Parts: sequence; C-alpha cells; structure tokens
Amino acid sequence: MSATEPLVKISNLEIDGIADETRTRIINNVSLELNRGEVMGLIGESGAGKSTLGLAAMGFTRDGCEIVGGNIMFDGIDLVTATPDVKRQLLGKRIAYVAQSAAASFNPAHKIINQHAEAPLCHGVSSRTEAEADAIDLYERLRLPNPDEIGFRYPHQVSGGQLQRAMTAMAMSCRPDLIIFDEPTTALDVTTQIEVLVAIREIVEQFQTAAIYITHDLAVVAQMADRVKVLLRGDEVEEADTRTMLDAPREDYTKSLWAVRSFQRPQKPLAKKGAVPVISLRNVTAAYGSNDPVVRDVSFDIHEGRTVAVVGESGSGKSTTARCITGLLPPMTGEIAFQNQVLPADYRKRSVHQLRQVQMIYQMADTALNPRKRIGEIIGRPVEFYLGLKGAEKRRRVEELLELIEMDPKEYINRLPSELSGGQKQRIGIARALAAEPKFIICDEVTSALDQLVAEGILKLLTRLQEEMKLSYMLITHDLSTVRAIADEVVVMKDGLIVEAGPKDEMFTPPHHAYTDLLLSSVPEMNPDWLDELLAQRGAENLGDAAVSKM
Amino acid sequence: MNNVAMIISKRLGLGVLTMFMVSIIIFSAVNMLPGDFAQALLGQSATPEAVAAIRKDLGLDKPIHTRYFDWLIGVMQFDFGTSFAKANFATYAGTTADVNFGSVADQIAPRFANTLFLAAVTAAIAVPLSLLIGVLAALYRYSIFDRIANISTLTSISSPEFFVAYVLILLLAVLNPVFPSLSNIHDGMDFAQKLQKTMLPALTLTLVVTAHMMRMTRAAIINLLASPYIEMARLKGLSPFRIIVFHALPNALAPIINVIALNLAYLITGVVVVEVVFVYPGVGQLFVDSVKIRDIPVVQACCLVFAAAYISLNLLADVMSILSNPRLRLPK
Amino acid sequence: MMPSLSFTYWSALVVAGALALYFGGRQVGNASGVARLRDMSATGALGYSLLVVTLYQGIALYFGPGATFFKWAVHGVVGFGIAGYLFQQLGRHVGTRATKKLFRSMPVTAALGILLILAYALIAIFADFIAPYGQAEIFKDANLLPGGDPGMGGSPDHLLGTDQIGRDILSRLIYGAQNTVGIAFVTTLLAFFIGISLGFLAATIGGVLDQVLSRIVDMLMSIPQLIFALLLMTIATAWFGSEKGMVTLFMILIIAVLDSTRVFRLSRAVGMNIVVMDFFEAAKLRGEKLSYLIFSEIAPNAFAPLLAEFGLRFCFVFLTIASLSFLGIGIQPPLADWGTMVRDLSQFIAYAPFPVVGPLTASLPLMAAGAIALLTVAVNFVVDWMLHRASGLKE
Repeated sequence: MSATEPLVKISNLEIDGIADETRTRIINNVSLELNRGEVMGLIGESGAGKSTLGLAAMGFTRDGCEIVGGNIMFDGIDLVTATPDVKRQLLGKRIAYVAQSAAASFNPAHKIINQHAEAPLCHGVSSRTEAEADAIDLYERLRLPNPDEIGFRYPHQVSGGQLQRAMTAMAMSCRPDLIIFDEPTTALDVTTQIEVLVAIREIVEQFQTAAIYITHDLAVVAQMADRVKVLLRGDEVEEADTRTMLDAPREDYTKSLWAVRSFQRPQKPLAKKGAVPVISLRNVTAAYGSNDPVVRDVSFDIHEGRTVAVVGESGSGKSTTARCITGLLPPMTGEIAFQNQVLPADYRKRSVHQLRQVQMIYQMADTALNPRKRIGEIIGRPVEFYLGLKGAEKRRRVEELLELIEMDPKEYINRLPSELSGGQKQRIGIARALAAEPKFIICDEVTSALDQLVAEGILKLLTRLQEEMKLSYMLITHDLSTVRAIADEVVVMKDGLIVEAGPKDEMFTPPHHAYTDLLLSSVPEMNPDWLDELLAQRGAENLGDAAVSKM
Repeated sequence: MNNVAMIISKRLGLGVLTMFMVSIIIFSAVNMLPGDFAQALLGQSATPEAVAAIRKDLGLDKPIHTRYFDWLIGVMQFDFGTSFAKANFATYAGTTADVNFGSVADQIAPRFANTLFLAAVTAAIAVPLSLLIGVLAALYRYSIFDRIANISTLTSISSPEFFVAYVLILLLAVLNPVFPSLSNIHDGMDFAQKLQKTMLPALTLTLVVTAHMMRMTRAAIINLLASPYIEMARLKGLSPFRIIVFHALPNALAPIINVIALNLAYLITGVVVVEVVFVYPGVGQLFVDSVKIRDIPVVQACCLVFAAAYISLNLLADVMSILSNPRLRLPK
Repeated sequence: MMPSLSFTYWSALVVAGALALYFGGRQVGNASGVARLRDMSATGALGYSLLVVTLYQGIALYFGPGATFFKWAVHGVVGFGIAGYLFQQLGRHVGTRATKKLFRSMPVTAALGILLILAYALIAIFADFIAPYGQAEIFKDANLLPGGDPGMGGSPDHLLGTDQIGRDILSRLIYGAQNTVGIAFVTTLLAFFIGISLGFLAATIGGVLDQVLSRIVDMLMSIPQLIFALLLMTIATAWFGSEKGMVTLFMILIIAVLDSTRVFRLSRAVGMNIVVMDFFEAAKLRGEKLSYLIFSEIAPNAFAPLLAEFGLRFCFVFLTIASLSFLGIGIQPPLADWGTMVRDLSQFIAYAPFPVVGPLTASLPLMAAGAIALLTVAVNFVVDWMLHRASGLKE
C-alpha cells in the first residue's frame, strides 16, 4: 500500500447479467485505475454498464449479476474473492455510495440523522453524539437550510435537492477513501442540480476523497471529474483527462457524443405583422378542480412554420397549457383560437376537423403507443379515421409515412412497439401525429427520455418535417440545449405565469428577467472552468433554488 | 396528528355507515320471503284468529319501515328479537297455557363465545406460524424451502375446507385417535377439555388461513426487500440482522398487519363449513341450521354478527395501515 | 428393516443434525475452502437437517407395513409429477411454434395443471359416454362397498360401490364433473361478463357513474360472500323450494352477481391504469367513440391480468358452490355433485381402520372432495405461472 499504488485497480472485468435463462454480457473487459483524491467521471448512454461498474468498484453486484472474470483490487484487498465479512467491513466505512434517487434510498420510517449516524456507529468509527455533531457540521458545509434541525426530520419532509445533499453527507459520515456517485443529479431540476454539484465538489475537495462520478451529462462531468472514461454497451471506448477529452477526443463515438450539443437550426424571421397565427392563447387561466390556478393569464401566439419553445421547471404550468390547447382541461377564463376561430374549450365539443388540426407527441414512448397494436395499425388508425382511407390506399399512405420518418416500411409495418428502441418509438409517435395531416403539433418533452445521440436524430427529423410540411410546433421542454437547437421563439414560465417571451436569439443574450438569467446560467456548459467562473461571479449563496426563493 | 385523527374518524364514520347499509340489505333481503309466515308456522292448526294473533305478537302487521327501525333499535341494545324456532307456537293453537318466546340473543351469545374461542385458538397458532414461514420464504426465495412452501400453500388454499377437515379427521381421529372427531363443547368443561375438542377444527382452519397469510407475507416482504433503501443499507455495510430488524421490519408492519386483519376477516367465512363438519356449537352452525328451518330473526342476527365482525376487521386493517405509514402520520 | 421414528426421536435427530452441520460445517469449510459449508447459516443448517431426517422418515414409512394412505399419497404425487413432466416434454416438441415457446417457459407444475384441466374438461363434456350408468339410476343393491369383490361386500358391476339410495358412485363421480365444473364455469363467465362491462364503463366514463357503482360494490362486498350467498339462497329456496331447477338457476345468478363485485374492482383498476396512458389519451383526442375505446384500446391490454383473474375467480366460485352444496343449499338432487356427495358419503370415513376394504371405503368421500381440490390446485398452478410471467415481463 505505497503512496504510488492506485486506490482502486480494476483489471479486465467481465460481468454477466442473468434473467430467467438468458445471459447477457454487461461489462466486457473493462479496466479502471483510480488514485487517492482523484475524481473519475464515467460517461455513457443508458445501458452502457456505468452503474454496474461503479457498484463493482465496491465489490457489490446486484441480484442477477455475476462476476465472471477479471480482478477488483481496493487498496490491496481483492474484492472478488473476499469473504462477505471482509466486504461488509469496507462498505460504508471506506467505500460509500450515493444513489440516484435520495427519496427512495432513505428509509421512510426513520429520521435522517439516525440513518446518517448508523454507519459510523456500526463500524465503530465514532459514538452517537459525535456522529450527530459531525452530521450537523456536514449539513452546514453543504449549505443546507436549518442545519441544526433538518437532520431530525423524516425523509418525506425534506425536498429532493436537500435530500440528495443529506445523502452525500451520509456517505461522508465515516470519512471514506472512495465515494461512488451514481447519477446524483439526473432527476433534479437544473436550478436544484447546480446547488448539489457545488456541494459535492466542495466536500470531495475538502476531504480529499477519491470519487467515481457516473452520469450521462457531458457538461456535468466536465465540472466534476479529473479524468473521464467513456463506456458503450459494456465496452471501454476511451479514457483521458478532462481537458484533453473535451478538446481532442480520439474515438468517433466520443466525438459524436460531443457533437450533439452543436446542432443548431438558424432562427426564422419573425412573422409578418398582421399574419393570422395558427394557434393563439388569449388570457388563459386554468386550474385542476377548485384548487389554485396552475396556469395564470397566459397569452402567446404560434405562427405557421414556426417553433415556439415553452420552457420552465417542473410545476411551471407548461404541460397544463398543452392540455388546455388540446381541450382536455377547459380553462376557467380565456380562450384558445385556431386560425382566429375560437375553439370550444372542451375537446368533446370540438368537430373532428378541429380535433385533427392539433396533434400531440408524448414524452414516454412506452406509454405513448398501444403495446398490443402493430405499427401499421397505430399509424393506420388516424389515416382511416381522419382521411377515410381503407385497404390498399391506407396501406400505401402508412408506408409513405414510415418513409417520411426514415424507417423502412417493409421491416417495421408489422412489428410491435416492444420490438423497437426508444428513438424508433418516438419516430412512430411523430408518424402517428403526421398521419392526421395537422397544422400544429405539440411536442411534450419529446427528447427528454432519450439519449443525446438519438435525441439529436429526432430533432433533425422534426426540423426537416417542419420545412417540408409547414408545420407549427409548440415545444415543451426544460432542456435549454434543445431550445437553442430548434426554437424560433421562447416563452419562459414560472409558477403558471409567463416570465419572459421573445425571439430565441434575444433570449440567449442579456439583459433578461432575473429568473431567465438564473435558468440560463444554471445549465452546465462543456467548459471545465464553467462552475468555477460561475461561483466567482455569483458566490455560492446566490445559486440555484436558494436564489430562486429570493426572487 | 390532527391529520391522522381526521382520516381515522372518517374511516370510522364510513364503517358505521356501511354497517347501517348492511343492516338494511339484510333486513330487506330477509323480508322478501314469500307468503305469510304465521300461516306457514302454524301449518295445520292455522285458524284466522291464531294467525292474526301471531302476526300481532311478532309485530308482523306493522309497515316495513316501522319494523326495520324497531329491529334496528333493538339490535343496538343487543336485543335481536325472538327466535321462531324457540318460540312455542302451540299456545296459539290452544294446546298449552303459557306463551314462551325464546330470545335470539340467548341463542347467539354462547355460540358467539364459542366461535370466538375457535377463532382465537386458530389465530394463536396460525399467525406466528405463517409470519415465520412467510419471512423465511422471502429471505430464502427460490430455494428448495421456498418452492416447497409455495406448492404446499397453493395446495392448501385450493382445497375446500371440508376436504382438509375430513383428511384431518381420517389421520388424527380415525386412524390415530389423537383428537375427537366431534367437537361438541359445552359450558362446564374445563379449559383443557375444551381445547382438546377444539383442536381439530382449529387445525383445519389453521391450514387454510396459514396458507393465505404466508403467501401474502412473503409477497409483501419480497416487495419490501427490493426497495432502494434496503440496497442502501446493504451498501452501508450493515449486518443482515440489522437490515432486517431496523430497516425492513418497521416498513413491513403495515402490510403484515393488513394481511393478518384481512385473513382473520376471511376466517369468518371458513368458520361456517368447519363448524358444520365438526358439529361445533358456534354461530356458523347456528346460521346454517336456521337457514334450513327458516328461523328469520336468527338468520338476520347471525348475518349481522358476521358482517359486523368482517367490517370491523377490515376497518382495523385500514386504520393500522394508516397509523404505520410515517408519511401520513407526520405531515410535511 | 428401517424403523419409523416417533415424534420425539424425529425432533431430536433434526436438532442434532442441525448442530452438527452448523459447527462441523465451519470446521470442514475452513479446512477445505468450500464456501458453502463455511458460510452456512443457522437456519440453513436447520433446513438441511430437517430435509434429510424427514426424507428418512418418509422412506421408512413407505417401505414399512400399514400407512396405506401415505403410500397412496406418495404414489399420487410421484404419478402426477411424472405425468406433468411427460406432458411438458410433449408440449415442447409437438405443436405450433407459439405453443412450443409457451411450453419451454413453463415449469412442471403449470404443465401438470394444464394437463389436469384438459382431463377434467374432457370428462365433463363426455360424461354421458364415459359413465357406466346414469347419475340418478337407482339399483336394488344399496350400500355396496367398493373394490368389486363380492366376498368383501362389493360387486363387479359397481367398481366403487353404491350409496345409501342405491346409486352407482363411480357414475355419480363422473357426472359430478359435468355438473359441478360446468355450473361453476357458467357462473364465472356470467360474473365476468357483468363485472368487466361495468368495470370498464366506470373506468372510461368515470364521474357519477363510477362513484355510484363503486359505493354499491363496496356495500355488497362488506358482507362475507358465503354468508350473503346462504342468506339469499334461503330466500330463493323459500320461493322455489319445490322447483329444483329454479333453485340451481338462482344459485348461479346469486353467486355470479356477488362474485362480479370482485371482477368489477379488478377490471376497474386495470381500466384506470390504461386510461391514464398517453396512447389512450391520443385515441380520446382523436374523437374515437366509447365502444372503440373500450374494445380496441383497453380490452387487448387488459387481457392478461383478466385471464389470470378468471382462473382465480373460477376457483373461488367452484369452491363456494361445492361448499353450498355440501351444506345442502346448493346444487339439488338428483343432479350428481361432488359437494353433496362428500356430505352423503362422509360417514364412510369411520371405516378406515377396517382391514383390506377399509382404506378404499374411507376414501370415497375423500375422492369426491379430492376431485374438487385437484381441479382447483391445477388452475392455481397455471394462474401462478401466468402471474409470474406477467410480473417478469414488467421488469
């Protein structure tokens, strides 16, 4: 255990996954070395095996996974052949884990501080009073509100971002040599994420802990890691230190990951004065039941062939606005007009022609397509319903639509959705919307559930279709890079109100509303110094949710 | 705590309302019976005067809603009316001098005590046994133990109670006389005697109820063990004992209590067949006998007792689930 | 040669074996490096010890004298096991591609279940051709013992003997399949028809209809089903006591309505899960009619859970009808029915200790009850496998 020996040394690791009777190779001949105090970023799309590799560094495999080859050495201890007792002594004490969902990883039946003090007590690191005092100290360092009493609450009484920081503190409780961070900010809003990122970075630096940071977000890994390793379906693709990786990636796959964020369609010029907008919202206020309004006095127009991006965090009212437009939620006041004709508020009162003009593409492809229907039926039904085509004519039209979304009709027309990938299912959703030959399509977070490469493909397809068919899009999203890619105009919503609205280029250059400013600045960029610069600019107190609550 | 108190009182209120509605259903169902009771009861000796006299005495001449409320008020004072079977109608035919109406409550009370005794003995064996096997099966799932437990409980819940009853009688009463095959207990027996006579019916019920409880417990615990916070506890290097006792058990209380209460509620229906097979003097046997001879007040009362027990147990399960859920107990 | 163990000896051996395995295992495991022995937990040691000692006890009983019923039980289990295995292998190699794939993923228990269900179905449908005599045919010789040996009180014409009235028991057992299973099947179908239509309507239309239906169902479900059925059957028998056919008809209606409450709950829950899916919303927004929404969007996705539920409900209905008949208030004579047969033949249990003819006679009521249990077990095996597949697919 000399100072030059790496802390973690994984050599030629092979892990299989066993489900019923089939075996799949999850990790294929991957090696990893990590020194003390070093942070390694593990990047890859979903299914690349990052989580499995991170857990393997702790000597842990989930149910259904089996190590079939290779070596895992932690500080000279062989984790593959170690007895369960030896491994148990390491876990929590010298190696800690921070999971993706803090809400699910805290036991709802016990207070937060009791779960924090558990590991030090059971491993004999400190007494209960010492552990509790240390917990409060850590909460303070992580800038949690009310550090003295927040630990004495139950997990469901604390918000998501704060809970994630509390979990980081819990991982620190025994001052481990290594922490595995498994996608800790993936499920959080952008303004919450930035607070957690700052907290993690500070604590890792303060205690000189080694860390493996797992994520699929490249900009985030740029801030947090010293070295980056790229994984693709269980294979190692590339490894380099962060700056080299960002500036000069070697492999094609790595380069393609980097390229996603650069797709950008030039903004279209503003619509001519007096042009009739395709969709017009006028002073729409809506609520669910008799509760407080979720959408307040919202007005904006969407013109032909244009894309309006509606941006906001969860709870801002973006999806509710979409439901008002489609007629699922009749507004309390205000109206929605299609080409200057007011639409009936309730979809049941609209004519088939009116229903046809407004189509929607959903976020989760798994629930957006009927799993029991073949692709041909899914696309064919609107063709039959709206255009009245049947038989051979219908089939021809379905084939045309499949070609439009760049999928081979012969191969896909008889498949079931379960046989398609996420990106392919999303394309089918687009084809289904197009089948009605509408003028307006609402894209509700259509790329949020997709990997970056696949998302780029969808955005390019949507752009091409817009050009060819003069479609208007309302793009609901929380991801600003998507906005930058294909939007013409941007509407920023917060708590049901429109905070700012205007052409895209104007939105991305200051001056803006303080909230827009915060939103834009909280999105990580592909520059390793971005977080440092931001901290220098605003100070740690003025970031993220803390800053939002001050507005 | 205010929040919880409100939810619980709402549930209690709902329970009371349900009981009320159930009493209406029972009463109306029974009063859909055809013809004139008095006539049927007297049979041959039915003179118009005797019929009218009986109808008046039994209150059958009042309008239906009056009868219902009279009955309901009586029920709340634990007066279930008079049993037709015990009533001595001969007086109306003019053969004896005094009128003797046996009250339903007198019939039911001792039987109810017996059924409770049977249920208690069953629960005392079944609950710990099924919890133990269920937890073990969940911990060692897919092992041979689990598979054997799975198949045997599946066989047990698939068998009608009378099958299990007769198999047990064959093995434990006829071939190897360990227990008596008739369980005719009565007051005046000491506890040990009562217990011996009650064992076979209790064992029969145990076999069926344990199977249900064990399967539900196993499913609940497996579900629990898959939670992310259990994985987190393992990743903190805690001993398996601590993980089970401190992390799994507190969250398992709610589903397990739910399982127990639901199965005790299920026990109520099982009691009927078992009491008939073993001739055990409980409410179930009384119910079946009264149904056969159409003793209306007894049928009504038995139904009410069963329904009340069933509803109370379901209510208990509900309330316990609420109390053991920390998210509901302690609001944000 | 192998003595059978008394209960005290059995428990003593189990405990001794467990201790030996637990402590001895650690020593041997540490020395030889076999992880399984070294890491053996206390409960594991107890489990293995229990298994070995009980196995010994079983073998001793089997090869010893007496214990006829135990031997029959062992024969039964082994026989069924082999039958199930053979059927499973048959299904894996014979049939269409879809059925072969199905049989490959099936455990032996499910294969056995399907085999038994098919057998019952065949017996039920072809009872008229299989049974030697009619179900209500009365013969001069009543109370003949089974076995077909005139010297032992039997007769070769009636293999399983005759009951107190003089009816052939074997024929009645066979017709029992037709009556009990047939009536249970029809009742379940009816319950499903009512429950699914109302459940899907409640899920799709929602609002007042949903509230009203749910409240009514809650009320009906708060009385235990057997009790409620008995209550309603009292009224039915009071009105139609003399017309046996009507009583049976009413039993079908009563149980169907009472059971449809559970089907309603399930189909409503399944329906609600589907109704919130995006593809359903997309169909709604298209302006599709209610019939299309229910039949084309909801129904195909509800098929799997509802099919499993059909199996479970059939078992419950089947057992309830058998119990009602056993209590005398279900299927009426002269229809042969297993529940009634159990009650009629129950006194034969006392014959068990008699030599030679005792066990067979005593098992007559058990045969009728066992026929009920066997079908229910078979259906449960199949449903268990279906549910296991469905949950696996979700993950």
